[in-house]
Amino acid sequence: MDFLNAIVALSNFVLIPAIAYGSQLALGALGVTLIYGILRFSNFAHGDTMAFGTMVVVLVTWWFQSMGLNLGPLPTALLALPFGIIACSALVIGTDKLVYKFYREQKAKPVILVIVSMGVMFIMNGLVRFIIGPNDQRFADGERFIISARDFKQMTGLQEGLAIKTTQGLTVITALIVVALLFWFLNRTRTGKSMRAYSDNEDLALLSGINPERVVLYTWLIVAALATVAGTLYGLDKTFKPFTYFQLLLPIFASAIVGGLGSPLGAITGGFVIAFSEVTITYAWKKVLTYLLPENLAPDGLVQLLSTDYKFAVSFAILVIVLLFKPTGLFKGKSV
Amino acid sequence: MTDTTKKIGLFAIVGLLIVLTGVIQSWNTALQILNMGLISAIMALGVNLQWGFAGLFNVGIMGFVALGGLATVLVSTDPLPEAWSAGGFRILLALVLGAATVVAAVLSYARLAKGKARTLAMLAILVVGFFLYRWVFDPAVEAVEAINPAMAGNIGGLGLPVVLAWPVGGLLAAGVAWIIGKTALGLRSDYLAIATLGIAEIIIAVMKNEDWLARGVKNVIGLPRPVPYEIDLQQSTAFVDRATSFGLTATTASTLWVKLLYAGLFTVVLLILLWMAQKALHSPWGRMMRAIRDNEVASEAMGKDVTRRHLQVFILGSAVCGIAGAMMTTLDGQLTPGTYQPLRFTFLIWVMVIVGGSGNNLGAVLGGFLIWFLWVQVEPLGQALMQVITYGMADDSALKAHLLDSTAHMRLLTMGLVLLLVLRFSPRGLIPEK
Repeated sequence: MDFLNAIVALSNFVLIPAIAYGSQLALGALGVTLIYGILRFSNFAHGDTMAFGTMVVVLVTWWFQSMGLNLGPLPTALLALPFGIIACSALVIGTDKLVYKFYREQKAKPVILVIVSMGVMFIMNGLVRFIIGPNDQRFADGERFIISARDFKQMTGLQEGLAIKTTQGLTVITALIVVALLFWFLNRTRTGKSMRAYSDNEDLALLSGINPERVVLYTWLIVAALATVAGTLYGLDKTFKPFTYFQLLLPIFASAIVGGLGSPLGAITGGFVIAFSEVTITYAWKKVLTYLLPENLAPDGLVQLLSTDYKFAVSFAILVIVLLFKPTGLFKGKSV
Repeated sequence: MTDTTKKIGLFAIVGLLIVLTGVIQSWNTALQILNMGLISAIMALGVNLQWGFAGLFNVGIMGFVALGGLATVLVSTDPLPEAWSAGGFRILLALVLGAATVVAAVLSYARLAKGKARTLAMLAILVVGFFLYRWVFDPAVEAVEAINPAMAGNIGGLGLPVVLAWPVGGLLAAGVAWIIGKTALGLRSDYLAIATLGIAEIIIAVMKNEDWLARGVKNVIGLPRPVPYEIDLQQSTAFVDRATSFGLTATTASTLWVKLLYAGLFTVVLLILLWMAQKALHSPWGRMMRAIRDNEVASEAMGKDVTRRHLQVFILGSAVCGIAGAMMTTLDGQLTPGTYQPLRFTFLIWVMVIVGGSGNNLGAVLGGFLIWFLWVQVEPLGQALMQVITYGMADDSALKAHLLDSTAHMRLLTMGLVLLLVLRFSPRGLIPEK
C-alpha cells in the first residue's frame, strides 16, 4: 500500500506535471529547431512569437466567452486557436518579408541574423505589452479536472490523491496530434520533403529546382502554428504573462540544443529531458521517501535538491553537461 | 565632411539634446539622463570590447551588471559581526567545500582513465560533495538569516568606502566571467549566447533567493554615498549662500550639486576606461583581436591561441560591465535584484553598441548616451503622440484610455525599430569602425 501511495504521489507531483511541461517545451523547441534548420539562425524572438500568438488566442477567447460561446468541458481557447495561428502566421510572414528576407538575400552571417532577431524580439515584446499589458491574464475555462484528487482517493481508497488537470491531458493529446501531423508533413508530402532537402544541403536543393522562398514561407507558417499551440497550452496550464514567455526562451533553447539543433526528433526528446530534470530536481521528495523508506530512516527535511526558484539553473546545467560531452546534442544536430 | 567633424558633430547633437532637456523639462532630469548615460556608455564600452573587438556574442550582461551591484553591498555596508559569529564562517566553509567538490570532479575526469570507473568516480564525488555542502550550508544560512531579519539577516559588508566597490565589482564580474569563459567559450557563437543568457538568469536568481548574501528581494537600501547628502548641504550656510548668489533655492541647488558630483566621478571613470580601450584597440593586441574576429582559422595558423585570447577579452569586457554595475548601484543608493530585467540590462546595451558602431569605442560611448536619452524620452514623447492621435476620440472611449495607458510600452517598440533600422540602412553604426 505504501508503495502504491509513493507511486501515486510521484505521478501527481512529478510525472504528470513534467509530461505536460515537457510537451509544451517540445512544441516550442520544434519551432526553434525548424528555424535553425531552414533559416540557419537562433531565433531570439521565438518566446515573443509564442506570446503574440497566445495573446490573440486570449483576446478571441474573451470575445467568445462574452458571446456565450463555449466547448462545454473543454476550454474555449481551443475554438480560438485557429484565429491565433492565422494572426501569428501573418505576423511572422510579414516580419520575414520586411526584415529577414533582406539579410537572407545578402547571405548575412548567422550571428547578424541573431542580432536582427533581437530587434524583432523587442518589437514583438512591445507589441504584446502594448495590446494586452504586462500583467497576468487568465483565460482557461471549462472543466478543471479530468480526475480530481478527492475522486481518486474515493475510487482507490489510497491516502494519496492523483489529480489530472484538463489542461494537462489536453496538452499531451494536442502535442501528440501536432507532432504526428508535423512528421507526416515532413516525411510524406512534397513540400515537407523539399524542406528537409533544403535543410540538409541548400545548394543541392536549389539545383534540383526547389523554390527557397516557398520553403521559407512554409517554415514560418509551421513555426507560427507550433508557437501559438505551445504558447496557448502553456498559458492554459499556468497563466499568460508576456514576461514569462520571454523567459521560456531559455528552457526552449536548452531543449533544442540538448536534442541537437536542427533535429525535430531531438527537440522533442530535449523538451522532455529538460522538463523532467527541472521537475525532479526542484521537487521536495519527502513525501515519496516517507512512503518508501522504513520508519526510522524517514527524512526530516524536505529532501529538495534545489529550491524551485533555480529551475533555470537546472535547464542550464543540463545544457552545459550535454554540450561538454556531446557537442552536437543527443541526436546529431547541425553545426553552422 | 571629415571624420573628426562628424564625430564632434554627433557628440554635440547628443549634448544639445541633453541641454534641451534641461531647458525644456528640468535640469534635474537632464542630469539624471547624463549620469545614467555615462554608466550606459561604460557598459557599452564593455560590450564593444567583447563584440566589437573579438566578435564574442555575450547576452549575459545583466548578470555582470548585477554582480557589480552585489559588490557595492558587500564592500560598503556596515559589518555585522554577530552574523559572522552565527554562521558566516560556516557559509564560507560550505562554499569552499562546494568549489572543492567541483574541482575534484573535474580533476577526476581529467586524470582518470576513460571508462565506467571514471564516470562512477565523478558522479560519486559530485553526489557526496553536494550532500556534504548542503549539510554544512543549510544550518549556517538559517542562523544568519535569523538575525534581525527586518533590518539585516545577511552577512553584512566590509564597511569600506563605496568607491572601492567599483574596482571590486569589476573583479567579481571578472572572476565569474573566468568560470563561464572556461566552460562556454569553446562552444559555437550561438551556444555561447544561450549559455550567457542562462548564466545571467542564474546570477539574478541567486541574488533574489540567497537572503544571507544581500537580503535577496528584501533589497538593501540606504547604501553609503561617495558624495555629500542633500540634507547636509542644505544645512551648511556656505552652500546656501552660494546657491542664493546663483539665484537658486537651497533644495534645488543641493539636488543639482549632488548629481553634478556624481557626473564628475563617472566622467573620470569613463575617460580612464575609454583611454584604455583606445590604447588597446590601436595596440598589437587590438590588431590581433580583430584578426581573430575576422578570421579565426587564419589567426590560429599564425600561431595565435584563439581560445585564450577569447577568454581574456571576455573577462575584460565583463569586468567593465561589473564596474558600471557597481557605479549604477552606488548612484541608486540601493540594490533591488527584482528590477534586473534582460531587456533593460542586456539587450538595450546591445542596441547601444550596434547603433553607435561596433568595433569603435567612441561609437559605443555615443550609442550609450543616445540610446539612453531615447529610452528615457520616448515615454513622454509617446504620451504626447498618443494625445494627438486620440485627440478626436470621445473622452470616455475605452480605446483612448487603453492607448494612453499603454504608452509605457512604446519604448520597447521604439528600441526594436531603431535597432532594425540601423542594422538595415547603416549596419556599421553611426561612427563606424575604421
